Order: sequence, then structure tokens, then C-alpha cells
Amino acid sequence: MIEKIYNRLFIPIVIIIVGLFLYWGNSNLTGYQIRILNLIGIYIGIALGLNLVNGLTGQFSLGVAGFMAIGAYTTAILTMSPQIKQMVYFIDPLISPLDRIQWGFLPALLMAGLLSGFAALLIGWPAFKFRDDYLAVTTLGFAEILRVIFTNTRSITNGALGLKAIPETTNLAWTWGFAIICVLLMIRLKNSNFGRSIIAIRENEVAAEAMGIPLFYYKNLAHVIAGAMAGVGGGLLGNLITTIDPNMFRFPLTFTVLLMVVIGGMGSITGTVIGATLVASSLEILRRIEEPIHILNLTIPGIPGMRMVIFAGTLVIVILFYRTGIMGEKEFSRKAVWNKLNKIFKQSSPDGGENNAS
Amino acid sequence: MSLELFFQNLINGLTLGSLYALIAVGYTMVYGILRLINFAHGEVFMFSTYFAFFGIMIFTLPWYISFIIAIILTSMLGVTIEKVAYRPLRKTPKVYVLISAIGVSFFLQNLGLVLFGGRPRAFPRPEFIRTTMTIAGIRVSAVFIVILIIVIPILIGLLFFLYKTKLGLAMRAASWNYDVSRLMGIDIDRVISLTFIIGSALAAVGGIMWAQRFPEINPIMGLFPGMKAFICAVFGGIGNIGGAMLGGICLGLAEIMLVAFLPGLSGYRDAFAFIMLITILLVKPTGLLGEKTVVKA
Repeated sequence: MIEKIYNRLFIPIVIIIVGLFLYWGNSNLTGYQIRILNLIGIYIGIALGLNLVNGLTGQFSLGVAGFMAIGAYTTAILTMSPQIKQMVYFIDPLISPLDRIQWGFLPALLMAGLLSGFAALLIGWPAFKFRDDYLAVTTLGFAEILRVIFTNTRSITNGALGLKAIPETTNLAWTWGFAIICVLLMIRLKNSNFGRSIIAIRENEVAAEAMGIPLFYYKNLAHVIAGAMAGVGGGLLGNLITTIDPNMFRFPLTFTVLLMVVIGGMGSITGTVIGATLVASSLEILRRIEEPIHILNLTIPGIPGMRMVIFAGTLVIVILFYRTGIMGEKEFSRKAVWNKLNKIFKQSSPDGGENNAS
Repeated sequence: MSLELFFQNLINGLTLGSLYALIAVGYTMVYGILRLINFAHGEVFMFSTYFAFFGIMIFTLPWYISFIIAIILTSMLGVTIEKVAYRPLRKTPKVYVLISAIGVSFFLQNLGLVLFGGRPRAFPRPEFIRTTMTIAGIRVSAVFIVILIIVIPILIGLLFFLYKTKLGLAMRAASWNYDVSRLMGIDIDRVISLTFIIGSALAAVGGIMWAQRFPEINPIMGLFPGMKAFICAVFGGIGNIGGAMLGGICLGLAEIMLVAFLPGLSGYRDAFAFIMLITILLVKPTGLLGEKTVVKA
């Protein structure tokens, strides 16, 4: 009984602690630090989506940047005011219905999720129909081609100039609200019928199909959810940094998210959250090595592009030597913490098992 | 469109297609045996052009020696990638090998950016490549003819190797059934190394020829040719070498003809390969020459 109440309370308590920290941070941290916190929140949501496809379903999607681009452009176009749109689209005016409408941030984000989820369906459908490893190529191709298309469709996306003066509506409440909703959604999904089915697909596809799991449907569903999450994340990102252009959504972005999932431990929700936090902060910390460093009178020139070399090297090393990542398949849950504490105090508890958050 | 212009575009398309074919063969051979999309293949292609470039510019070697050294170095790079990043993961779930492949690809690409700089460099071409010839009244640049003269015998030679020699037989056996071919006494590690040597050498030839055709090289030049070549391999039927060649020629011709006949769409040229991929996956997912396979546990 007590056990049950503890379990019920565990997640709300964690959320309240995170909320209190953010509330404190909002007034006590510098703008730069808040910016990093915002990015971490966005990346947690997006990385959890990728974890659903790559970690839990065992498929390999490389389209994150493409879905983020769709989300970012949708949200930006829907939230910009008609006057600003006229100013931004000075070469080719925006096509007719879009140039007059202005939506609120929430409906715009939902639309972003809807559109990118739909794009994920269109891309996943042909790939899953035959061999799933084609998903990697169709999604990668899709993300790169989308950039070509967005550069050419000037009357919708403003071409290579990109969009400027997007309203800065994203704040800590939005980004971390998104992150927390994604975490809760993932916990629910992972412990549902759907979650167990996709894990079965990852472990053994043929056996899963023999058990009556509809492979095609579940793979597509996982891919669509991930696409929608990346879309909403992209929308938040666009309205956080207020300028977007097609070249922002290139492969390094996808790679960063992939690294988050792999470092944290593929399949683990907690791992992905830790991975997203680590990678998103080191993305900023490592910026230093790309800029010239001044020590006394000595100037060491920075090495542009070195960040991504380090990231790529890290990914290969993690995959080769520490395939399980930080968390492996484990989760941070009340039971796991409890068992750890019990072990430390030599009081072994009867209910072992440190799996799933409950 | 005049007949002359049509023939010029035809030769142009065939040239581009034969280059795609060269790269696609590397993808399809690796996929055939390891069931792995070797994402790093595009970067191997990119490095070959830089090897040749530095051979000529820094070590001031004559172009033909520089090209041979570049091909050897590229083959070594390909084998090293396989030994370091793919072989230790052969027994793990496929998604790990794919991540390793994309990691190596991205690592090489960014290493290229750091080592060579992001600025595109002009590739020094031999004098005779730059001349223009007249064949049967059609003026064509020598580079097209040279590429066709070099690439087509290589592709035919490869088919001869695969279908008429013992090693080629071993390779086809390994791609037909990995485990059974091991039971038959085929040294699978050797076959895989050989696959990577041949694939990378072909990518190097493709890269060097690419640099003759488009004499500007940069560290991210491997991305689109690599991706398109993989699409060619899927289009022709992955695992099937003849199919990869056919797919390459088809895409090369289609891209050039698209721009020639519908110049309004030239901005979408790179998107065409992708549309081709989605179409073939929906209509005939095994590819033009591929056979239906059954996935076994």
C-alpha cells in the first residue's frame, strides 16, 4: 500500500524539483545559461523521440533534422504577424492564405507536430514496406532533399535567406514543459502494449511477427511519434533563436541527437535525458576550442569544426567499446534508488529489479 | 532540341552515370555480404580526391603516379575502416553497425573539414583533359571521352572477375549465404577485406574521375554522390553488381536529361534521385534486377 503511494508520488516529486530549479534559474541565471537550459529541454524531447525509433524499436532513422525543419518553418510561418511577414518576404511574397493568418504558439506547435508526423509517415511507409535498413537512407535523403526544396520554394520558405524576426515565444516553461510531457509519454508508451511490442520487434523481428505483432503498423507508429516530437522540438527551437534558414537543419543536427541517444544508452529514457543534457551542454562548452584562446601573450588559434570531430570520435568509441552507454537499458526509478540505498545499508529488499519506472 | 545537343547530353549523362555506377558498386558489394549500408563510402570517395590533390600539389608528383598512389591509399583507408569500425561489431544487432558506419562517415567528413579546410580547392587537371574534341560532327569535351574509356572497361573487368574467377565465386557465395559459405571453407574475413579493397579502389577511381569532370573538391563533396550512388544500388537491386551499374547509368542519364529538357526544374536536380528511390521502393522494392529474398530468423 505504502509502496504504491510512494510509486505514485515519485514522478510528481521529481517534476516539482525540476520545476523549482527552473523557477529559481529563471531569475538567477544569466541569459546565456538560460539559453542552454532551453536547448537542453528541447533536445530532451527530440532525443526521446529518436530513442523510441532507434533504441526501442531497433530501427535506424536519420531524419531528425528534416522533421525539425518542417516543425520550425511551420511554427515560424504560423506565429509571425502579417506585417513582419511582408517585411521578411521582400523578394517573393508569401502565398495567399498564409500571409494573413497568425496563430497562437500552442496551435502552431501542434500543427508543426502534425505536419512532421505526416512527413514521417510518408517517408517511413516505403522504407518499412521492404527492408527496414532502407529507413536510414530514405530519412537521410529526405532531410538533405528537404533542404534543397526549402531553398527553392521561395514563396513559402523565403529560400536561402531564411526567416528572420520570428517572435521569441519560447521560454523555460515551454521547453521544459515539452521535455516533461515527452518523458511522461515515453514512460507510458514503454510500459504499454505498444512499448512491449516494439521491444519485441527489436529483439527478434521474425519471432515478434509470429506472435502476431503487426510489424509494419508498429514501426510506422513509432516513427510517426518520433517525427512529431522532432517537429514540435524544431518549432520550439525556431521560436527560441528567432532566425532559421535551410542550412541550419543539416546532418550535424541529426548527428548530435543521435549521439545523445547512444551516449545515454539506447532504449533507456533516463539515459536519453542524461545524454541530451550532457551533449547539449558540451556543445556549448566545446565552442571554446573552436575560438582562439589567449593565454598571457600567446594566442592559440581555434580549430573550426573540431567539435564535430570530437563528437563523431566519441560516438564511434562509445559504439565500439561501451555499447550500453551510460544507463544501458536501466531506468532511474524509485525502486532503483531504493534498491541502491538498501544495498548500501546491507538491507536486501525482497523485490529486486531495477527496471521500469512505475 | 537539336540532335547535336541531344547527343552531347547523352554523353554527358552516360559519363555521370558511369561515375555513379563506380561508386554504387562499392555500396552494393558491401551490402551484399554484410547487409550493411556503408555510409563511410562517400567519405572514402572524398578522401581519394584529396589524396590525388595533395600528391600533385604538395609532393609535385606527375598526375598518373599521384592517381595510382591515391587509389592504393584509398583502398587502405577502406580496409582500415572495416577492420576498426565494422569487424568488432559483426555479431551485434544491426543498428549498432549502422551507427558505427554513420559515425565513421561523419568523423571522416569533419576530419576532412579540419585538416583540409572548408574552402573548395581547384583540382589540377592534366592538360589533355581540358581540350575539346569533335567526333562525328559533335563537339565534346575530352573529359567525357576519357571517363568513358576508363570506367567502362573497369566495370566490365569487374563483372569478369566476379563471374569467371574463383575469388569472384567466393564473393558471390558469401553474399548469397554468409554462414553456408563459411562452412564451405571460404575465408570470409579475406573475402570481406577484398570487398572493401575493390569497393574503395573503385570509389577512388570514381573520385579522381569526378574531380576531372567537376574540378572543385571540398570535404563535404562525398555526401550527395554517396547518397545517390546508394540509391542507384537500391534502384538496380541491392547486392546485384550489374544492377548497381544499370542503376548508376539510369540516374546519370535521368538527371542530365531532366535538366536539359526541363530547365525550370534544375534547382530540384538533387531531389530527383530521392524521388526515384521512393518510387522504386513503392513499385518494385527489390529493385530492377533484384530477387525476392525471405528474411530468416
